[in-house]
Amino acid sequence: MSRADAFGLLLAFIARLITGAQGHWKGCPPKAEQRIYFANHQSHLDWVLIWAALPRELRATTRPIAAKDYWTSGRFKHWITREVFNAVYVTRQRTDDQDPLEPLVAALHNGDSLVIFPEGTRSNKGQPQPFKSGLFHLAEQFPQVQLIPAWIDNVQRVMPKGEVVPVPILCTVTFGAPITLAPGEDKRAFLERARAAVVALQPGAPAADTATAS
Amino acid sequence: MNALRQLTADQQVALLFVTLFGLLLLVTAAAALWALRERSALQDDRHQRFKRELRAVWVGAVVFWGAWISGPAGATLLFGVISFLALREYITLLKTRRGDHRSLLLAFFAVLPMQYVLLAHRNFDLFSVFIPVYVFLAIPVVSALAGDPERFLERNATIQWGIMVCGYGLSHAPALVLLDFPQHQGRGAFLLFFLVMVVACATIVQTVAERRLRRRPLARHIDRSFSLRAWALGALAGALLGAALFWITPFKAGQALVMAAIAGATGTLGEFVMSALKKDAGVRFWGNTSSVTGAVGLLDRVAPLCFAAPVFFHSVRWYFQLKP
Repeated sequence: MSRADAFGLLLAFIARLITGAQGHWKGCPPKAEQRIYFANHQSHLDWVLIWAALPRELRATTRPIAAKDYWTSGRFKHWITREVFNAVYVTRQRTDDQDPLEPLVAALHNGDSLVIFPEGTRSNKGQPQPFKSGLFHLAEQFPQVQLIPAWIDNVQRVMPKGEVVPVPILCTVTFGAPITLAPGEDKRAFLERARAAVVALQPGAPAADTATAS
Repeated sequence: MNALRQLTADQQVALLFVTLFGLLLLVTAAAALWALRERSALQDDRHQRFKRELRAVWVGAVVFWGAWISGPAGATLLFGVISFLALREYITLLKTRRGDHRSLLLAFFAVLPMQYVLLAHRNFDLFSVFIPVYVFLAIPVVSALAGDPERFLERNATIQWGIMVCGYGLSHAPALVLLDFPQHQGRGAFLLFFLVMVVACATIVQTVAERRLRRRPLARHIDRSFSLRAWALGALAGALLGAALFWITPFKAGQALVMAAIAGATGTLGEFVMSALKKDAGVRFWGNTSSVTGAVGLLDRVAPLCFAAPVFFHSVRWYFQLKP
């Protein structure tokens, strides 16, 4: 076992100790198929949670997206995203001659699965913000890849903004049924439908949840 | 009986575990054989539930055995981990606010370890007052420093209660192992075994009695079936089992009866209180069948022990004037 594998196991163990990282496979079984998981984004821990909730054999082929300028700036940050998580690096600065989705497309051509947070940024209002269009373009280019919605619950309580030490609180990751891009479906309609699929996975009644989320 | 008495303490404890695991093996084998028979959907459902409970008992027995073979340090560590997991579940169910972050860090990473370190050193005097006195005052101070006045008392009370039950209460179970009776050294495991058996018996008898008797519930909105008579029957069954087991403890038969009655009565009340908590948190079912995030079913399994252990421990210590 390499050092990166050992570190990955340790990290998954810590994630499970602190948050439980329970994966609830409601709409699909965990299978080694090519997939794009898309989830709500509330905290820095989101990726680690999804990653720890996946069965071990799926972790190696499921890759996160990392901002290149931030995650390659330090030696440790670079090592952990490259060796442990096998991240796909994207540049945040837009240039005219390059498609920002290019690294993702390359990874999907390679047969890897991806985890993306289509809100683009972290939200802490409880409900996710409107989705960015990247998910639509990927769905258009790769109709054979399954699109799995996922809802990450409770993670904002583990590590609120501005805190560095996580509090042990149980979290769940609920994976829903795959959605597909309907023929001729409008971009906005598809993104709204994808967002609704994520929101629908929220455990408990939504009305009760807004009252307690703070 | 005389042959048993001549064994050393270690041999007696070993015999205890051989008996315990032997019984469990028998029950498991019987359940496996029974599973081969054809049966209706209702029976199947009951069988599934029984299997889940049996698995929980196996886990409990292995934990208990692990606590014994690894010595005082191991027992402390093991129950420390269970405390941690139970408190994690409790805090998940009771919604906390952002301002509670520091208090929770204090509870998880300072108070719990400290309580178990005190226990491992057999510092029973400080162990008994550390959480009720020092932590009781420290938590609101940390909370106030976080600067969030909204629902201040309620939030603090929530955290305090969680630490009391999951930390203070549960830590008294391994404390029994470490309690030294004169002429009874090295047999602390029997005392814990006694407590666990009595509490388990009381809760099981109480549950069965609730099903059979169908008396008027004491508090309908909390538990539809909890009645005074079922509770008394549970405590009585616990007391009788305790009296029958008096020879494994330092008690005489009458003392064992009273101690077991206390343990059984508090244990079943603990379960009752937990169902109030469960209603408050919106969890419909115990066990791992709920869709609410955080209800993984550990808290309800340890709840009777959390309530019974401290009362039992302090009753024993006070009555026998033990000065460790």
